[in-house]
Amino acid sequence: MSVTSVDKDFDNLTITLVADFDASIDRVWDLWADPRKLERWWGPPGYPATFERHDLRPGGEMVYFMTSPEGERHYGWWRVEETDPPRSFEFKDAFADENGKPKDDISPGTVRVQLTEEDGRTRMEIRSSNESREDMQMIVDMGGVEGLQQSVGQMDALLAE
Amino acid sequence: MVVDQLTAEDVDGLFHALSDSTRRDILRRCGEGEPSVSQLAGSYPMSFAAVQKHVAVLERAGLVSKQRRGREQLVRTDAAAVDRARRVLDELEQTWRGRVERMSAVLRTTRGDG
Repeated sequence: MSVTSVDKDFDNLTITLVADFDASIDRVWDLWADPRKLERWWGPPGYPATFERHDLRPGGEMVYFMTSPEGERHYGWWRVEETDPPRSFEFKDAFADENGKPKDDISPGTVRVQLTEEDGRTRMEIRSSNESREDMQMIVDMGGVEGLQQSVGQMDALLAE
Repeated sequence: MVVDQLTAEDVDGLFHALSDSTRRDILRRCGEGEPSVSQLAGSYPMSFAAVQKHVAVLERAGLVSKQRRGREQLVRTDAAAVDRARRVLDELEQTWRGRVERMSAVLRTTRGDG
């Protein structure tokens, strides 16, 4: 695996990330399409995700929660805007209440996933954009958790060498 | 973590300041030297007042500071603030990098079953 490029667009508050996987397009698609696989990587370390609802059809909704080390549940919601398996799909995402209802105090972000296969390898392009700066703040808050967890994880890996 | 010390208003001001290409360009120039407001104004096809306004937005976001030298107002970047802005987006990048890393791990452990 490798992240090939990351582009940060201040004008549109968008991050575009390209990653290459040593796997077929169907297997990479499955990481999103199979909720049991999805929940193994969506949440940051220590915050496992549980998908209660998962419908990858246009108009379909996902409801999940991430459980903090203290046992607190943080809910999230997606609505699938369009899908073209196994090549692409786009969804809106937002934080949600415990009933899986999206919180309407902040406008949802948009994530576009695009997969292309070449010689048995799959390139994934993620475009993650946010319509408001308030969203960015929330995501930065979550990302802050992730960044920290991850650097700790990396330190562990280095120490184990 | 520095990012955690930013309030919502700080982040809002930061992104507003950075959401304009002229302001980003001003920021870049100020990182390379300490241009005066009038030097900056000469570099853009807009009025002195408009450039001054852009500088004021950057100043409010804490990205630059102005210093009077003689008759001139020199603009310099606040390196720490610029670094802070970068860190905000770096955190976002980390989130996705983390996910990609975990996706690869799932692919490794499920090899052959799909």
